[in-house]
Amino acid sequence: MKEIRIHARAGQGAITTAAILGEAYFKEGMYPYAFPSFGAARMGAPMNAFVRVDAKPVRLRSQIYEPDFVIIVDDTLMRGFNCFSGLKDEGIAIINAKQDIEAHALKAKQKKFIIPATEIALKTIGRPLGNTALLGAYAAATGEIKLDTLIEVVKMRFKGKAAEGNVQAITQGYEFIKKG
Amino acid sequence: MKQFLEGSYAVAEVIKLCRPGVISAYPITPQTHIVEGLAQIVADGELNSQFVNVESEHSAASVVLGGSAAGVRVYTASSSQGLILMSEVIFNIAGMRLPVVLTCANRSLSAPINIWNDQQDSVSLRDAGWVQLYAENNQEVVDLHLIAYRLGEDKSVMLPVMVCMDGFILTHGMEVVDMPEQDKVDKFLPPYKPLYKLDPDEPLSMGLLADPGYYTETRFAIQETQKEVLKFLPKISEEFRNVFGRDYRDCLVEEYLTEDAERVIVAMGSVCGTIKKVVDDFRAKGKKVGLLKIISFRPFPYARVYEALKNVPKVAVLDKSVSLGGMAAPLALEVKAAFCGKKKAPKIISSFVAGLGGRDITLDSVREVLKKLTAKEVNLEYIDLKQELLKDEYGG
Repeated sequence: MKEIRIHARAGQGAITTAAILGEAYFKEGMYPYAFPSFGAARMGAPMNAFVRVDAKPVRLRSQIYEPDFVIIVDDTLMRGFNCFSGLKDEGIAIINAKQDIEAHALKAKQKKFIIPATEIALKTIGRPLGNTALLGAYAAATGEIKLDTLIEVVKMRFKGKAAEGNVQAITQGYEFIKKG
Repeated sequence: MKQFLEGSYAVAEVIKLCRPGVISAYPITPQTHIVEGLAQIVADGELNSQFVNVESEHSAASVVLGGSAAGVRVYTASSSQGLILMSEVIFNIAGMRLPVVLTCANRSLSAPINIWNDQQDSVSLRDAGWVQLYAENNQEVVDLHLIAYRLGEDKSVMLPVMVCMDGFILTHGMEVVDMPEQDKVDKFLPPYKPLYKLDPDEPLSMGLLADPGYYTETRFAIQETQKEVLKFLPKISEEFRNVFGRDYRDCLVEEYLTEDAERVIVAMGSVCGTIKKVVDDFRAKGKKVGLLKIISFRPFPYARVYEALKNVPKVAVLDKSVSLGGMAAPLALEVKAAFCGKKKAPKIISSFVAGLGGRDITLDSVREVLKKLTAKEVNLEYIDLKQELLKDEYGG
């Protein structure tokens, strides 16, 4: 079983991110359970979305406290809050930021990948929604999911220009990490 | 076909397959996506149904009451404050023996206002005469709706059925669901043929005054039918298995590793998934722990619960609702009642409360229940209670 925790602000598309990731895992024959946790239920408020995935149907219904992977959609959330809380010893963090952030220190075997996902999104989608670029980066950094599967899901979910832009965002996010 | 979708949209899809002629609902968190999904389905012409927009839940319940009385299959959904605003009509629907199906997206009750999950809303309506079925996951949510219509509309039953799914955890949880095919649904659930209906050509009245000479028998009749439902549900579950291949056994309870268990947790809804994980972990260490999942809370399967637990030394009942002023929480009271006056019984039946107002029930919460299930019986033991907040509440 693998557990992914997404840190974002309400309105930044974290639920869609979890949905796309879940759908991609499903297409690869896995059993994902993707779910949100709302705080104040106001735009801009910190919130989490989660994906728990296994080769058999997932029964555990609690939130995720010891993730294998964290995706941080908004790096301002790291100010004064430990988004790496409970991250597994060999866990991986994917962070949307322009440059490295000296937040909480990571353990020896934990890894973090910094990616300017918002910039990629502005170039490819024309809106500051870095989710799909982050998903591309997730695929590259973790090797958990195929790039092609993510692209297939995005094409299914979005139409026309939105689909094109998001496919580019995913691909660029993937390549940014691969070239790293 | 297996799909990855949100619980609420899975409900909308399965209701489409059940072909209700009248749908009425008022949006409320966390039920909203169900109604939104159905409104879209009807607007897109995928379902030929009257979708009636209303100004309140009381009206939504009244519309489906009227639709059902006119002999049509109907559907509504609500949560929390919406459900209890419906409650006046909810009692009427059962009293008039109308086979309405309602989804309760379980949420806490105000005040203080809280939009998150517990089961206080549906549990508070346990005495209304409705059948209440609780789902552990979204596959069960889908399947229980099919079973609900089939059961409620049976001429020997004619009762409304509430399908309860935990708000957010299931309504907003996306997972893999095997959506039934239309031809199979049509086979399992033939068109609704009412015993009586409101018809201008053959006028009759429903829900009239029943004076002291008649009222008692209406309650007695529902009570008797509720008992009959305990026999019907296993039969319908078998029909369901024959058509769809999924097995809910008697559809009253699910016994998970209870047979040789020394400690069993009783619960209902999505928390049963988390409990199963803990049970597996304990079993892996050779500890004999089990789960008794209650699917049918009304009617309550006393005999089944007795059979399942009579040889278990210690039983913990985990409630996601409370009966304030009572000696134990609602589900615990039922389990205790099942052993009242019986020779064989667990030595301990302890009552625990967790997950109120959306407080997460973690693996640790469940382990805590087992830890506190000792030789000393406890009642209304709150798990994950924050003592520091209580100090504030009572001014130190």
